[in-house]
Amino acid sequence: MATKKGGAHGHHSARSSERRDEPKRRTRGNGEGAAAETVSAGHGPRAFWSGTITFGLVSVPIDLYPAVRARRAPMRMLGPEGRLLQRRFYCSVDEEALTNDEIVRGYEWPDGSFTIVTDDELDALAPRKSRDIDLQRFVSRDEIPPKLLERPYVLAPAGDSTKAYRLLAHTMERSRRAGIATFVMRGKEYLAAIFAEGGLLRAATMRFSDELRTPDSIGLPRARKSGADDHSIEIALAKLKADDLDREALRDDYTDALLALAEKKRDENRDVVEIEERAREDDEESADVIDIMSVLKERMGAARAPARASAGEGAKRSDQGTSERRASSKPVHGSRSRRRTREGTSSRP
Amino acid sequence: MTTRAMWKAEVDIEDLRIPVKLYAAVADASVHFRLLHAKDHAPVKQQMVDPETDEPVAPEAIRRVIEVDRGTYVVIKPEEQAALEPKPSRSIAVERVVSADKIDERWFDRPYYLGPDGDDDAYFDLARALEKNSWIAIAHWAMRKKRYAGALYGSDGYLLLDTLRSTQDVVQIESIRPPAEGAPDPREIKLAEQLIGTLEDRFDAAAYKDEYREQVLALLEAKSRGKVVRFPKAARRKPTDSLLRDLQASLKGGRRASGGD
Repeated sequence: MATKKGGAHGHHSARSSERRDEPKRRTRGNGEGAAAETVSAGHGPRAFWSGTITFGLVSVPIDLYPAVRARRAPMRMLGPEGRLLQRRFYCSVDEEALTNDEIVRGYEWPDGSFTIVTDDELDALAPRKSRDIDLQRFVSRDEIPPKLLERPYVLAPAGDSTKAYRLLAHTMERSRRAGIATFVMRGKEYLAAIFAEGGLLRAATMRFSDELRTPDSIGLPRARKSGADDHSIEIALAKLKADDLDREALRDDYTDALLALAEKKRDENRDVVEIEERAREDDEESADVIDIMSVLKERMGAARAPARASAGEGAKRSDQGTSERRASSKPVHGSRSRRRTREGTSSRP
Repeated sequence: MTTRAMWKAEVDIEDLRIPVKLYAAVADASVHFRLLHAKDHAPVKQQMVDPETDEPVAPEAIRRVIEVDRGTYVVIKPEEQAALEPKPSRSIAVERVVSADKIDERWFDRPYYLGPDGDDDAYFDLARALEKNSWIAIAHWAMRKKRYAGALYGSDGYLLLDTLRSTQDVVQIESIRPPAEGAPDPREIKLAEQLIGTLEDRFDAAAYKDEYREQVLALLEAKSRGKVVRFPKAARRKPTDSLLRDLQASLKGGRRASGGD
């Protein structure tokens, strides 16, 4: 509901979250909406990060995948000539069309002056901490307030052995603990909680407490501690008590209806536009589905066939270019390529 | 300083009506940058252009399309989209109540505070009832032409309403189970439990600061004074080669057995 929209931002999202699938570099460009995002994040929602969970002296190499799917029915913009439109940047003064390397990032001071910062300068700040997710603290799972939870991830074991991964998952799950760590991912520091369930590890990045308002800062009246004798609300709630979450009730019917409408119109051949494949090259949003299930199955399974991958493939994945997105939409196979990727993914999105 | 309410509503539980106001719980703390033209530092604006002609297209000439098959798009007209929008309503309807542990971290999207709007007693009773029982009430509502599902819960005596992600969007991995073979060794489990035990603590959100954000601000201030700032890079650790040895060494508080930093 309070998602940000840029001025000339054309996303016009079909209900689902406007936030990107990857952890946004929050110190960059929200205010200017898509303009800033497009430049800093390149194309496509692709969160893929590799690192090492450490607890004590034990290291658990992992790959991190988003636990939330990309938008199901992204709306695109079509021009009068039947072509998909592209976003371009212009100087607001001389109306000149700008390429990415003619654009810089400026921080505006209250007096209206700007300090220009480069990506290199920002990147130099981040990796001061290592890329380890160092679990220095384990807390009871129910101590983590939902309001802090930001982006969820699934952690797949990487490296040649799942032993340490399985040990950590097993032990955390049995003790009902969550691990807390700060770590650096894609050029930004995150606070994260690591969860274990069903033998698998998951993670969630968390908001820092100063990113949340408090009842006091909002100006809510002081909470009343002593209970009244009126239990009518509690009784009403108890009547609605159920054992489990009803996932059907949490379905996104709007997007279903939108997709059904689009398919019906296609079947009736109404308002259908065929667009040549090559226009796709410059799409700002493409379905980028990493099949987490098959990644997990492969890596948790006993028979993990070590596939050979060329150095080129590993290097490719670290790029953010448009042409790479198709390659990256395939499930990743083999631990060798993963290790190479690990070296290559430290760059920003 | 107080915050403006975003929306007025009522929480409906069976035939009870509790008037509330809704407030964003997330305060934007990020450092915002503007995109500027490198040459003259004028702000950058964006426009949609036809990629063949490079001509900007006026907003009213733009149609919205959804891709139904690869390369096949269907135009969705504004009135068609509007017909799918929910009717305006003030009701945050509670439909189900579950224990807090029935909803994991994948579902929670954005938190909002609810505040009382005329009936403080009912508001605080509701907050207390949910918090005391560790219950989360699942609610649905429509706001600003969108439907939402949310988790209503009590925290420090107040009500929070977090929007929930949809079933289609949350990746389900429940069907995957680790194979029976290769289960952790009982000795290693014991040591790992001890190790986790030594690291057990209360969760204190206030103990964590976004140091990166602070560094970005420090960089900006230094630059505005004309200073050059450099920071060292960190190395990564080497993988574990002996789990048992590392666990034992960790418990002794010793140095890393298999090398690294």
